[in-house]
Amino acid sequence: MKKDIILSGVGGQGILSIATIIGWAAIKNSLYLKQAEVHGMSQRGGDVQSNLRLSSDPIFSDLIPKGECELIISMEPMEALRYLPYLKKGGWIITNSAPFVNIPSYPELEKVAADLKKEANVISFDSDQVAKDCGAPRSSNMALLGAAAKYIEIIEPETLKDGIRNVFARKGEQIVEDNIKAFEAGFQIATKK
Amino acid sequence: MNMSEKTLLLGDEALALGALHAGLSGVYAYPGTPSTEITEYIQSNAFARQRNVHCQWSCNEKTAMEAALGASYAGKRALVCMKHVGMNVCADAFVNSAVTGASGGLVVVACDDPSMHSSQNEQDSRFYAEFAMVPCFEPSNQQEAYDMVRMAFDYSELYHTPVLMRLTTRMAHSRAVVKTADIREENALKFPEDQKRWVLLPAVARIRNEQIIKQYAKYEEDFEQANILDLSSGKADTGVIACGIGWNYLMENINGKPNFPALKVTRYPVSKKQIQTLAENCKRILVVEEGQPLLEKVLKGYLPITTTISGRLDGSLPRTGELTPDILRAALGLGEKEACGKSNVAVPRPPALCMGCGHRDFYTALNNVVKNYPSARVFSDIGCYTLGYLAPFHAINSCVDMGASITMAIGASESGVHPSIAVIGDSTFTHSGMTGLLDAVNMNANITVCISDNLTTGMTGGQDSAALGRIENICLGIGVPKEHVRLIVPLPKNYAEMEQVIKEEIEYRGVSVVVCRRECIQTAKRHLKKQ
Repeated sequence: MKKDIILSGVGGQGILSIATIIGWAAIKNSLYLKQAEVHGMSQRGGDVQSNLRLSSDPIFSDLIPKGECELIISMEPMEALRYLPYLKKGGWIITNSAPFVNIPSYPELEKVAADLKKEANVISFDSDQVAKDCGAPRSSNMALLGAAAKYIEIIEPETLKDGIRNVFARKGEQIVEDNIKAFEAGFQIATKK
Repeated sequence: MNMSEKTLLLGDEALALGALHAGLSGVYAYPGTPSTEITEYIQSNAFARQRNVHCQWSCNEKTAMEAALGASYAGKRALVCMKHVGMNVCADAFVNSAVTGASGGLVVVACDDPSMHSSQNEQDSRFYAEFAMVPCFEPSNQQEAYDMVRMAFDYSELYHTPVLMRLTTRMAHSRAVVKTADIREENALKFPEDQKRWVLLPAVARIRNEQIIKQYAKYEEDFEQANILDLSSGKADTGVIACGIGWNYLMENINGKPNFPALKVTRYPVSKKQIQTLAENCKRILVVEEGQPLLEKVLKGYLPITTTISGRLDGSLPRTGELTPDILRAALGLGEKEACGKSNVAVPRPPALCMGCGHRDFYTALNNVVKNYPSARVFSDIGCYTLGYLAPFHAINSCVDMGASITMAIGASESGVHPSIAVIGDSTFTHSGMTGLLDAVNMNANITVCISDNLTTGMTGGQDSAALGRIENICLGIGVPKEHVRLIVPLPKNYAEMEQVIKEEIEYRGVSVVVCRRECIQTAKRHLKKQ
């Protein structure tokens, strides 16, 4: 069994935290794991992605080949589109619907939404708002992870929650609680859709 | 000590931990993507602190390389880390360290950046190893990075040679689980047995040159064991040589089972005999290597013309850019997998200066002044502020190498350009800008040097800057007149004053320095959180 996931967003949106939590949970489940990240220049407001490969068998490539990705988790709707050539037909996209507009050429939002639905299964919701509603405005990434949880399949949602507790433990109890709350709210949204 | 455990580590971190466990006494480095995390890992490692392993940043790659050579002279194991272009900066020290040789294990890590994710070129550091006649190790995965650095130290001590370890971006910045080995003691202080070879007078160097050439042939023999030739499939039309991380992309496409002769390369120089054996088992050899076609060219000299050599030079693989599993798939003649189509809606999102960054306010003020001087040219440098080239600022005319802003401004000024303005960051200034400023003072060049001081090495994530708190004193010490070392604080409310100061210094005929100082907002946020 394997799961190839692309995490995408804009530098500073917190995709590396998502990767860290899934990574923690994967090791807990004794899975093989490879996680390619973007460091350096792009982290300054550019597009960033992480290739996350989980498998019960050894993994060769750090990068996911085109057509092998089963799940795109994106903190930003246009950034989800960038990785479509890597997504299997009928694969899932779980994305934040709130755009991050820091370029003048940002496309119309309707066009982004339409393109998303062309070939993939999509759950799109405003994870920034969901996090705010939970009183945890900085946990948008965890709301998104919550929504993606049941599509990760190879790891149980409960194990991901343990991951949140573990990864955020050093930041204090309040931050752990905020992130768990956002995760659960995101999880509920995906279950309803 | 035996405490084998499994940890999730970046390639950079795996190498760092491997070095610590192999008995490292000091890491010497200047930050540079994708190498920065090696030194950062050692800086934050409790065991390294307990052992008091040296891990403070050096001013530049040359000072780092030389300090490590000194540690090696004293018998200790030392690591030098840098991005590929850092090899240019330390080349004098690196190439000559091959001639002195090492005493304590000396491993130089160069992290190459094919596809130039965060770099100005895609030079391949393996060429440095080849022409310095230094053995080169290139791991293909994180576990190998951990294990190989210990072997590199041992090899260095066995042959008294520095060893170059080469990583590429994906190897450096991808995580996997690594199993650790036993922890070794550091070396004791010990002077080299052969004292003479450390004094590179021509008479000594000539003798060493002969020795190194003989030794280099020995490396080739040794690496027949380390580079694994698999002929179990029998003969085939095409055989494959895959180097470093290229091996993983090959395996990805064939589910780990080659049905053709295959050679996995993790050490250079590659054995001629081994290549010839491979060639006897196929008509064509596809060479898969990250970076430039180094091995592909070597093969042409090793084999009769009846063997076709394919790779980046004959178009079987793209001439530039990093490898991917998809590129390998095409080169192996395997069909494309079905995928969702490319979106025409997604547009590029280039990096930009952070909102609230002091460089932004500096460029706003500079642009307001410079627009009144149509003949002005702004020579910039390497750092976050290079992003001032992009919209909305379009504020700079050049970015070449560390320190080139000041020296290019000198040359342009002497050729008649006025105003000739240099823009350089604080960390880049102490890396390679100070000597240029001394030239400017000695020549009384008519230039205005703007040091955009954010009190850190920003682009690589906020490492300590060697200039901290000393910029003005350094400039005064170099000989810039006191009244022409000016300080401004880049904030919107200060635009009028900033513009006045910049204008005055442009009008001054001679060397002036405008220090534009406000802390990087990323490190400022971090400092705020800590409080």
